[in-house]
This record gives sequence, C-alpha cells and structure tokens, in this order.
Amino acid sequence: MIDALGGVLLIPALSAALLAALPGYKLTARLNVLAAFLTFATAVSLFVVQPQSGPYLLVDDLNKVFIVLTTFVGFTTSAFSASYIGHEIAIGRLTPTYVRFYHSMYQVLMFAMNLALVANNIGLMWVAIELATLTTVLMVGIYRTHEALEAAWKYFILGSVGIALALFGTILVYMAARPVIGEGLSAMVWSVLVTHAAMFDPALLNVAFVFLLLGYGTKVGLAPLHAWLPDAHAEGPTPISAVLSGLLLNVALYALLRFKMLLALNPAAIAPGPLMVTMGLISCVFAAFMLYKRRDIKRMFAYSSIEHMGIIVFAFGMGGPLANFAGLLHMTMHSLTKSAIFFAVGHIAQVKSTQKIADMGGLTVTNPVLGWGLVLGVVAIAGLPPLGIFMSEFLVVSSTFSRQPLLVLILVFGILVGLGGLFLRLNNIVFGEPVGPTAPAQASYVPMFAHLAIVAMAGIYLPPALVTGFQNVARLLG
Amino acid sequence: MRGLTFDIAHMLAGSLVLVSFIQLYQDRLSALINVFALHALVLAASVAWQAFIQDAPHLYLTAMIALGFKAIIIPVALHRIIVKLGIHREIETVVGVGPAMLLGMGLVALSMVVMLRVTADADPLAREDLAFALSVVLLGLLMMVTRRNAVSQVIGFMSLENGLVLAATGAKGMPLVVEISVAFSVLIAFIVIGIFLFRIRERFDTVDVQALDRFRGERQ
Repeated sequence: MIDALGGVLLIPALSAALLAALPGYKLTARLNVLAAFLTFATAVSLFVVQPQSGPYLLVDDLNKVFIVLTTFVGFTTSAFSASYIGHEIAIGRLTPTYVRFYHSMYQVLMFAMNLALVANNIGLMWVAIELATLTTVLMVGIYRTHEALEAAWKYFILGSVGIALALFGTILVYMAARPVIGEGLSAMVWSVLVTHAAMFDPALLNVAFVFLLLGYGTKVGLAPLHAWLPDAHAEGPTPISAVLSGLLLNVALYALLRFKMLLALNPAAIAPGPLMVTMGLISCVFAAFMLYKRRDIKRMFAYSSIEHMGIIVFAFGMGGPLANFAGLLHMTMHSLTKSAIFFAVGHIAQVKSTQKIADMGGLTVTNPVLGWGLVLGVVAIAGLPPLGIFMSEFLVVSSTFSRQPLLVLILVFGILVGLGGLFLRLNNIVFGEPVGPTAPAQASYVPMFAHLAIVAMAGIYLPPALVTGFQNVARLLG
Repeated sequence: MRGLTFDIAHMLAGSLVLVSFIQLYQDRLSALINVFALHALVLAASVAWQAFIQDAPHLYLTAMIALGFKAIIIPVALHRIIVKLGIHREIETVVGVGPAMLLGMGLVALSMVVMLRVTADADPLAREDLAFALSVVLLGLLMMVTRRNAVSQVIGFMSLENGLVLAATGAKGMPLVVEISVAFSVLIAFIVIGIFLFRIRERFDTVDVQALDRFRGERQ
C-alpha cells in the first residue's frame, strides 16, 4: 500500500522520469505544475491521515510543517517557472533539450528535498541532501555561460566540503549511539536515537555537532561559510534562486534542528544554542552590510537570504517554546516572501534583459504591476509592519530580549542596517526615470501575489490551528 | 582486539595519513595523481582488512569501489584530462613545502588530541581509526585550500573523502556504508566531468564539446 508518505516521494520521482521522456516545453511545463500540485495535495493530506513511520521514513509534527511549506512553494514556483521558461525559450537562452532536462531536474530536486525531510535515518537524510545539492549544481550551471559555470563549480566544491563534514558528524553520531543501541541499522534511526540520546557519550556528541554545524551550516548559508550562495543565486535560472532561498536552505536547517534536538536531550553534552546564536548573529550583521554594495539584483536578494537565515538560526539557537515559535514563523514567512521577490525579480530581469541594478529604473511607471509587486515584497522582507515578517521578527526580538538584551541589540542593529540597504537599492530599481527596455512582461503574477497575500494576512491574523500547530513543534524543538 | 589484527589495521590507517603527507608536497600534477592512486590503494587495503576482521562482507564491496574506481579509473581519466589540456607538466606554486608540512603536522596533532580525548571509552581500534580518519580529512582540506588548480583541489577533495570512508568502515557495523561510498563515487564522477567542461571553457571559450573535437581534428 502506498500512503501519503510514499506519495510525496513517488510523485516527484515518477514525474522526473516522465518529464525526461516527453518533448515539448508547453506540455512538460504544465505537467511539472500538475506534478508539483499533486505532491502538495498529498503533503496536505498528511495532516488528515498520519501514516505509520518506519525504519526509513518518518512523519511527525516537525517535518509535516516543513513538507507542506516545501511542496507549496515548490508548486507555486513551478507555476512561475512555466512563464519564466517560456520567455527563456523565446529569446533562445535555453534550448528545448535543456528545458526537458530542467523540468526533470526540478522534480528530482523536489524528490530529494522531500526525502531529506521524511528520512528517519541520518544516513539517508545525508544522501538526500547530497542529491539535492547535485541537482541544484546542475541547474545553476544550466545557462553554461562562463559565470554560470564558475558559480556552479564554486557551489559544488564548497557544498561538497560541507556535506563531507556533515558525513563525518553523522558517523560520529553513529559511534556515540552504537554502545547504547547496538550495531546496525537502528543506531542510525531518528526515532530510536531520540529515545536513547540521554545515554550517549556526550564528548562524542559534542564533536559530532561541531562537524554537523559546519557541514549543514554551509548548506544553510551561514557566514563565514556562505561564499557559494550569492553566486549560485545570481547565475542560475530565477525559479531555482527562488527554490534555493525558499526551500533548500530550510531543508539544511531542518537537518541541523534535528541534531540540535538530539543534543538537547543529553544533559551532559554542550548546549548547541550558543554556537548557533553566534553564527546566526554573524550572518545577519555581515549580510546586512553586504547589501549596500550590490550591483546585481539577484545577488542582493541572495545576501538578504543570508541575513534572514541568520535571524532564524539565532531564534532557534536561543531556544525555548517562544523563540522556537518565532523562528518557525520567520522561516515560513521568509520562504514565502523571498520566493515572491524572486518571482518578481525573474520577470524584471527578463523585461530589462539584465540583472544589473544600474540598468533598471522607473519600474513603477513602465511595469506598474511588477514594480509595485517588488515594492510590496521588499517592504515585507525588510520587516515593516503590518506584514508577516514584521510580526515574526518582532516575536524573535521580544521573546529573547529579556534573556540576552545585548545580543538582541546586535540583531536589531543588523535588521535595521539591512532595511536601509534594501530600500536604498529598491529606490534605484523602481522609482526615478525609466531606464532600459520597457516592454510589458509576459508574466503570470498569480504566484507572486498569492505569496504576498499570505504574508500580508499573516501579519494581521494567524489562524488558531496554525498557531497551535507551530506551538506543538516549538515545544518539540526544546 | 589487541594483537596482529589490530596492528595491521593500525598500520594501514597510519599509512593513509602518511600518503596524505606525501600528497601535500607533490608539485607536479601527474605525480600528484599517482600518489592519489596510491592513497586509494591503501584505502582499499584498509577497508578490505576491516571487512575481514569485522566479518562484514558488504565492506568488500566498498573496498572494490575504492580499488576499481578511485585507484584505477579516476587516475587514468585525470591523466588523460591533464594531458589533453596540456597542463601535465605544469608546476604549481604551492604554499611552500615547509609551511605546508608544518601545518599538516599541526592538524594531525590536533585531530589526535581531539579524537583520542573524546573517545576515551570507545574500543581502541575504533578510536584510533577515527583519529587517523580525521587527520586524513583535515589534510585533504589543507590541500584544497593551498592549491589553486582545479585538478589538485579535486584530488584534495577525494583524499578527504577517503578519510570519511575510513571513518565509516572503522565504525563497526555502520549501515549504509556501501550506499554512501556509491553516492560519493557519483559525486566524484560529476566533479571530474565538471573540471573537464570547466577547463575546456577556459581554454577554448566554449563548453561545446564539439570544440574539443575540432581541436583534436586540428592536431591530427
């Protein structure tokens, strides 16, 4: 019997094979959307009927949230991608063969991310994250320009080192678990590890966590391990930038959170919080300053992603039900907002046929829907009230201020610096004299405004069911 | 666990660290590739020995992958690539042999201190294996940061990965080792193909594989 758990893996896997076999971009783009929608629907059904967890796959409150978010953004991005790719074919930047490859890889990426999220085995999770890295490397390099290949190469080497370190950490966790649980498969299974974590050798766990933090932290894009991220975002196709920022970073973060839970259960191990707080703060402040000098629009929003991942890791590092809740909310809001921004940016770059900020201008006059969409997105991402990110950032700050006022001040400083940088650049892009081509965009605005509508609504009203769900997860995270 | 089996496992793991050091001071690419083949060979022997003493037949598969793929196929492919790209005689400016070796020794000392201290309760074979493995991983990283050429960076990455395989096989009864080594082989194959395309782009201003054919045609 295939339950919903199998569904979120099988649908992308089968569609990847199907899309690789079918010619014609119009058909495959639609099938891609359909497959992504089916995966999303299956993921939602996890809330209705919770399937049984096995030694390889697992569903609990924590990963349900991640899976639904991943499949939802995966679905909307596929809809954006359909109109984006249409334009790329029209101008001859991509050939039909590459588009076929692209759609197939898109589904492989969905499969890999879902597998990483539902894996009940730390080895399987590692393999899934490696697969996700490989597929995104291929997609980043798909334009085959010199810059794209260089970005892909850089991403590849840094990502490989990251996952190699993560594997070393995984082996160490197994070594710590083996004397307690015994040899074999069960010493790598989450649900077993968690129940025995208190008896593990704390020293081994400590070293393991350092490796895992460095390894998966590279994939989260934490400074100073972030060097691959801006290049990969800037040079790949924009739908992939949206998926990278909105989803893949979250998946790596999810892996980190799982291991954090393991350490938290062992009273003698180091507290993982301070390490995460430090890296989060460094990323947030560093990326905020980097926003000022950006000339490439996608690169700028890539730095903004580093900043927000820093805030999220800070919140989870502080821990406690409230800060975890805030971190979870911020992660959700960031995924939705950042992918919406990339949807806008993708079409803007197509209209202007450049990514250079200097060659853009006056978008609100020439392409009002796109321009104001971007303004709304940037207002949201900068954390202005009353939108969702304001609310989640406010929660992060208020839930941690009483415990670490000094650290929170640094965080707020980073957020404010980032806000300044974003608006400075936004001003150049959307206001002032129109610069460059002004042709109307062949765009589907639905995904972008759907995301922004959710973010705007979340700033004013959060459904009680969502709040209870997030509270459960926050308690689980400890 | 003490006795001959332990000593042989110890010797093989130690040799892997030694070969990592030899890699550090190779400044010619073709010599570096040969030393890497030796590295993979020692790894294969070490994994096979672990398979024997742990009575774990699936580890022989990992040893076979290390032998066939990393000790033979990859070095041969890399030799062909560097000859084709005309960089086989290139001498790389390394961070100076002296400082690199000193740094390497520091890293080995570091990994001994860290691993031996934290694994005081584990069985002696596993803990020393782990200390050696971490040394190999760190030496691989050192090599990646001290080299600028893509080929030698990749060799650094592959020796780093050999250290991981050593750690995984030393962790007694660890599941998924074979799957992980296969996953890594796929990764490495991708990297090698990647260098190839990347370097071609640099040399011929296109990644079109036909450019290579054209180039070959010119030479004949």
